[in-house]
Amino acid sequence: MQAIDARNLTKSFGDLVAVDGISFSIASGEIFGLLGPNGAGKTTTISMLSTMQKPTSGTATVNGHDVVTREDDVRKSIGIVFQDQSLDEELTAYENMDFHGRLYRIGGEERRRRIGELLALVGLADRKDDLVKTYSGGMRRRLEIARGLLHEPKVLFLDEPTLGLDPQTRNHLWEYIARLNNEKGITIILTTHYMEEADRLCDRIAIVDRGTIVALDTAENLKHSIGGDVVTITSPDPDKIADLLTAPWVSGIERHDGSVTVRLQEADRHIPGIVTAIHQSGIGINSLSVRKPTLEDVFLHYTGKTIRDEEADGKETIRMFQRARRR
Amino acid sequence: MDIVYTIWLRNVKRYLRSKSRIVGSLGMPLFFMLVLGFGLNSIVRIPGMEEGYLEFIIPGIVAMSVLFTSVFSGIQIIWDKQFGFLKETLVAPVSRLEIMIGQTLGGATTAVIQGLILMVFALFIGLQPAGITGFLVAVGFMALIGVTFTAFGIAIASRMEDMHGFQLIMNFVIFPIFGLSGALFPINSLPGWLRPLTLADPLTYGVEGIRYGLSGTAQVHPLASLAVMAACAVLMTVAGAYLFRKIQT
Ligand SMILES: Nc1ncnc2c1ncn2[C@@H]1O[C@H](COP(=O)(O)OP(=O)(O)OP(=O)(O)O)[C@@H](O)[C@H]1O
Ligand SMILES: [Mg+2]
Repeated sequence: MQAIDARNLTKSFGDLVAVDGISFSIASGEIFGLLGPNGAGKTTTISMLSTMQKPTSGTATVNGHDVVTREDDVRKSIGIVFQDQSLDEELTAYENMDFHGRLYRIGGEERRRRIGELLALVGLADRKDDLVKTYSGGMRRRLEIARGLLHEPKVLFLDEPTLGLDPQTRNHLWEYIARLNNEKGITIILTTHYMEEADRLCDRIAIVDRGTIVALDTAENLKHSIGGDVVTITSPDPDKIADLLTAPWVSGIERHDGSVTVRLQEADRHIPGIVTAIHQSGIGINSLSVRKPTLEDVFLHYTGKTIRDEEADGKETIRMFQRARRR
Repeated sequence: MDIVYTIWLRNVKRYLRSKSRIVGSLGMPLFFMLVLGFGLNSIVRIPGMEEGYLEFIIPGIVAMSVLFTSVFSGIQIIWDKQFGFLKETLVAPVSRLEIMIGQTLGGATTAVIQGLILMVFALFIGLQPAGITGFLVAVGFMALIGVTFTAFGIAIASRMEDMHGFQLIMNFVIFPIFGLSGALFPINSLPGWLRPLTLADPLTYGVEGIRYGLSGTAQVHPLASLAVMAACAVLMTVAGAYLFRKIQT
């Protein structure tokens, strides 16, 4: 059975179309990634699938239940970790878990047992009676993930689960997410800005930009799809190099400040030819590197931005800052 | 019922934990009680009443404390919205009505506790306990005020994006409701044009009910007060539930 099936899902806020008729399905037991720049519509998509927002048009089912007409069935079968924190800081970790367990009508004995297990699993057992406001960002995130699992959902939504975490904690969480998926067969839909995260965890990745899915496949196939290896040449005159490389085996050229990125199949065979041609035109080369494409290249190819450009726009930092200030 | 209890429990826990809030919101009522009560006790005579002004305003100040605490509890939903916790509740497979009722009862409970603390203080400055039945009548009216105005707070909070409007609501709704009620003066002594406003103010009946419970006399028949307060509690809860159903995170 499909865990999720979205058909032409659309959400508009006034004039702004945040999610623009996207369709996809996710198989049971899959880890599915939504990768996209700020404002692409990832959170909005998840909000619709988790019944938090009504689609403007289109339909979706989660575990076979329609998200509009069978809200309650959907809610029972999903767990969600929101992008922004959603803990009660005036309660302890245990009380946050207990509140959740009661809301999902898990009986007393069973509830206590699962809370104990999950808190141990995310390494918070010894801090369980501390107020959440004394927790670090990483501890809060782990608590939220544990909470999302308490009612044993079939589908788990993780909206930027590792945002703002240190590399060690992030790695720890990745292992944990992979294990959940492996051992319990939980279907996981996660959004992320971290290429490495998507690459390592996801069976399939949808690249979302301006409310539409611009590419959807396994990480391997996505890397293949953009046309082979990546050659980066830095030079005082990158524009001339770009004009020079018109051969049919060049599948793509991008100009940047002081460098040009060329995509081509079997780069190792063509490199000598490229270098000779540039040399003969009297253009200087500062450096030249060849590498296999990464997910970052794929992202750049489909959205026209690097994730670094995007970080530089500072939205993420501002968001974190605002959250920190509210506390 | 489990869900209502869960939400109620969280509210009460948070309240009992916030010592500074408990102490802080005792400040103004105590101030009123001491300054107005003692300050005017010797110069104000209430026509047709045996006791002094101090005894007269104690029920009014208790009602005030319940009023403020409950409105504030209801409005707290805005914080839950801003801190994100509301999403956790709304995404759970529970009805909005259960959440709203749990919030209302939680707010009313904290408001009653706050009123009780004030009553204990009042014992030291002249409140004569009028027996257990009267006390229970007073608590019953406090609970009705609590439910009415927590639900009112929730209704407001469901429509507000942030706390900016809070001051507005306090100044133009809550203070008038307090001022126009018979909390600080006997309704019989009002000029004619003000009387309808006072009689239209739900808190008037709450104050009169508490006054009846604590001192055995009131200017409005206690059953009439009970009928009005109970109707207000039900109406406000329905209105609050209706608006809360449409709340957006
Ligand atoms: N409640 C709302 N009202 C109006 N516009 C909204 C609302 N929620 C989202 N949007 C807009 O919809 C677009 C998509 O937002 P969304 O939060 O889904 O993006 P995202 O992909 O999750 O981005 P990020 O990576 O920054 O979290 C944005 O342009 C945003 O401004
Ligand atoms: Mg988002």
